[in-house]
Amino acid sequence: MFEFFFIVFPLIVGYLVGTWLENRHFADIRAREAALQNRVFTYTHNHVPAEMGACELRLLAGGTVVSVDAFKRLAAKVHSFFGGRVGVYESLVERARREAILRLREHAARIGAEMVLGMRIETSPINDGDPRKSMGVELVAYGTAVIPHKAGASAV
Amino acid sequence: MILSTLEDMPGYVVTQHLGIVSGSTVRSKHFGRDFMAGLKNIVGGELKGYTELLNESRVEAMKRLQQQAEQMGADAVLNIRFGTSSIAAGAAEVFAYGTAVKVNRA
Repeated sequence: MFEFFFIVFPLIVGYLVGTWLENRHFADIRAREAALQNRVFTYTHNHVPAEMGACELRLLAGGTVVSVDAFKRLAAKVHSFFGGRVGVYESLVERARREAILRLREHAARIGAEMVLGMRIETSPINDGDPRKSMGVELVAYGTAVIPHKAGASAV
Repeated sequence: MILSTLEDMPGYVVTQHLGIVSGSTVRSKHFGRDFMAGLKNIVGGELKGYTELLNESRVEAMKRLQQQAEQMGADAVLNIRFGTSSIAAGAAEVFAYGTAVKVNRA
């Protein structure tokens, strides 16, 4: 009975709720990406294009920490025994990365930026100092938002 | 003070490099957050407590970087980079570094 509650139960709940949450998160990401389509592009390029003219620069960052569910963590352990692709973690980092970039772009859109230049992405495992005890992964996207000075508007 | 990840500033020319400036902070989460994250680990998904913690750390690291740059008399810090590392049980370091410069209007 003890084993059921502390080992099997988290696996079943983890699988069902985790999969449902992940699908919901991906649907949310797709909807927000569609809302920002053709707006606030991000570039890794380090120079402001000459045609932008006078503009204001703001350093922005968007970050998220995401973890996998108990079932997928076990599945990943089994996977890594055999080697090769670990699809479970691929979807984890993809989801975190898209979320981080979206947060950066949404913040940029809110302050009226036209684009984000010099964007960098940083991944770091959150593991409580013990690499075997993974708590999740942090993804940060940061860059410089370029806000054009509109004609007639007062320069900040 | 302008902070940016770019190598130059539109409308300005860099007149002097003052060298690298950096700012960092090490923070740990309190027990409540850790416990919630442990529970959240069963179903997966975003660990909001940790996201918040690291965002706060990033703001702090940037503030320290800016203070250092102000002491050097810089006008801007260019080419800023961030990094995060788990250094010990329950603590994470966030650091920011960049190049302090003096600029003139072009």
